Amino acid sequence: MADSGADLANRTSPLSGFHGGSSTVRLEAAPPAERISLRARAEDVAALSSALGVDLPVRPKTSASGNGRSALWLGPDEWLVIAEGNGGLMQAAKNSGALHSATDVSHRNTAILVSGPGAAAAINAGCPQDLSLKAFPVGACSRTVFGKVEIVLLRTGGDAFRMEVWRSFSDYAFGLLAEGAQDAAV
Amino acid sequence: MLLIHCPYCEEDRSELEFRWAGEAHIARPENISAISDEEFAEYFFLRNNEKGLTYERWRHIHGCGRFFNAARDTVSDRFLTTYKAGMPKQPLPETGASEKTVETYEATEGDAR
Repeated sequence: MADSGADLANRTSPLSGFHGGSSTVRLEAAPPAERISLRARAEDVAALSSALGVDLPVRPKTSASGNGRSALWLGPDEWLVIAEGNGGLMQAAKNSGALHSATDVSHRNTAILVSGPGAAAAINAGCPQDLSLKAFPVGACSRTVFGKVEIVLLRTGGDAFRMEVWRSFSDYAFGLLAEGAQDAAV
Repeated sequence: MLLIHCPYCEEDRSELEFRWAGEAHIARPENISAISDEEFAEYFFLRNNEKGLTYERWRHIHGCGRFFNAARDTVSDRFLTTYKAGMPKQPLPETGASEKTVETYEATEGDAR
């Protein structure tokens, strides 16, 4: 039988083809990444950190990066770990031997990269957090709200953010960001 | 915008990130299979719904996800203190006269109680 390609499941990016921004804000869909939602007790953090190759942060609103991986503090026993490409996070967590709960959420989330001098203003169009560098320095991260949807926000640079959002909400989040970007340029 | 102090995130956050989660400091009876229906109803259904100072559970659902306890004045909607779940009732900070100056129907118009 001829191969029509219909038996193949091609991955589609939820934000492919989206574009927006303004003279002060650049909006981009982030490349696909591997993500796990990690829950663990305090005594198991050290073993998981060495297995994942990145120190799980234990202070509120902080993150750690290294070896192409980022670990974001979401709660006292909860982290979002992001790896570029296919990073083998589930296997690494399993290899730790420590008691934990890891859920692969790579395809649940997508991310929008927001950068430029108006980035904070564009995000504040729908996010109530203080995004000044004093309150939200580089490396700070938080689960919060953006308009009507929940997001995880990570500051990757002085004027650069990564917004993690559930893929079915990404249309809404990108649209609201595009509106915020227009307002930030006024 | 109302700011609520999350004892786990250790900072003030917008009320948009929080959800109310009912009255606090309600202990589950240890011998729950032995208590009477009235005692179970008292534990399970009946709440004081007090006007003024109340102790409540709140959840930072769009933040760290944690439940915590708060002392709140239901008349002024002011949070007097917040503290971690599992801790006993915390002493309240001194609050000047402003709490007493809130005008209520009972205070100004009638004696309905």
